Amino acid sequence: MSLDDPDDLGARLLAGERRAAARLLTWAEREDPRAEAVLRAHAARLGRAFVLGVTGPPGSGKSTLTNELVKRLRAQGRRVGVVAVDPTSPFTGGALLGDRVRMNDLATDPGVFIRSVGTRGHLGGLSRGTSLAVRALDLFGCDVVCVETVGVGQSEVDVIRVCDTTLMVLVPGLGDDIQAIKAGVMEVGDVFVVNQADRDGAQRTAREVNAMLDLSHAERRPPVLLASALLGEGLEGLWGAIEEHRAFMGDPRDPASRAAARRRAGARHELVGLAQRRLAERLAALRLNERGEAPLDALAAQVARGALDPFSAVEALLAELGLGSA
Amino acid sequence: MSDATLTPTTPNPIRVLVAKPGLDGHDRGAKIVARALRDAGMEVIYTGLRQTAEQISSAAIQEDVDVVACSILSGAHNTLLPKVYELLKAEGAEDILFVAGGVIPDEDIPFLKERGVAEVFTPGAPLQAIIDFIEARFPGRGRAAGQPE
Repeated sequence: MSLDDPDDLGARLLAGERRAAARLLTWAEREDPRAEAVLRAHAARLGRAFVLGVTGPPGSGKSTLTNELVKRLRAQGRRVGVVAVDPTSPFTGGALLGDRVRMNDLATDPGVFIRSVGTRGHLGGLSRGTSLAVRALDLFGCDVVCVETVGVGQSEVDVIRVCDTTLMVLVPGLGDDIQAIKAGVMEVGDVFVVNQADRDGAQRTAREVNAMLDLSHAERRPPVLLASALLGEGLEGLWGAIEEHRAFMGDPRDPASRAAARRRAGARHELVGLAQRRLAERLAALRLNERGEAPLDALAAQVARGALDPFSAVEALLAELGLGSA
Repeated sequence: MSDATLTPTTPNPIRVLVAKPGLDGHDRGAKIVARALRDAGMEVIYTGLRQTAEQISSAAIQEDVDVVACSILSGAHNTLLPKVYELLKAEGAEDILFVAGGVIPDEDIPFLKERGVAEVFTPGAPLQAIIDFIEARFPGRGRAAGQPE
């Protein structure tokens, strides 16, 4: 029953074994080459799941709302995966991942797979391995994958690189209309929901967000809904608005669709990020020069003492990698 | 070159499910342990109160944890803890380190150890003893060597 071999694990995952799926997610989180091997072997099966992002400030009710949306999807008989991201401590590397606390209704449902993920040093609202984790759940046969970000502030926008539709969860009382017109996270929502709508000020928050969205030049103006996940109110309408956005985006398998264009943009961003990291790894692995110094260190020393400008140093480094300009 | 206060994340942190099986409504102890393990550089998944054995085992499988730590104060440990272990075993996951803590009389501990519980931490157990016990089982995966405590 070893779960170490990628070929074996891929077959067991496709047969529906949950432990195999869980191990693939572990490899995805660690960016273990075995995750790449499994996903590469089954690349033709990827891209089927609808990926829903759920983002918003800490305590806005993302997990509770996700729990309610997943219950509705289950009532429709769909298989659902959840990737729930919480922050990793930059001081100790530890994390307390608490999103499951709001999702106990789903814990034993065989049609739901929930995975808690720490950011592990990545900023932007997701972990670096999140896109691989989404693919792992896609391969496991989930029809819908929900990606719940960390509680966001103003600039964590990675969610749009990974998701087909993004739900922005807001709550009353987080500031005035100036907050609503600031750039950043307020620009990534495809559907806005003011959760905890039983609290004072919910209507006002909705009005301010609406006023902000009225000024938007986007092709489609996102709707703003009111809901209370805890009281179970407004959820039918919310799911309807998500479905409506999905229909607007079209079928991602059709290259001319908006959904396909968004996935291409996300993939492009992912590839550039991967290329940067591979480049950094190769720089670190360059052979020592004749004086026994690492090329990166030798050039850095020259730049630091003013003997060389950084641009010439970079050209020299790229030349070492066989990537020099012609 | 490294910053003394900001620690690079371990690429492969120990993952621990902290769970509260059965019908007791007190999770202060579980939260303190969860916090201590977090501060020791582990990824802690907390389930919340009043979990069935099935919920705990299912969460442990999905989260692919290295450790399941159950806190139990209700007196039902002799029933619930072996059940959690049996469910893990049925999924082929008996390699997960299974520890327990809470109000558990000394005379029950040998019984629990025969039924899959690797160690029992009773009231007064130092948090560091729990951390040390777990880290000893996963050499090379604790906080990076030489990091300040």
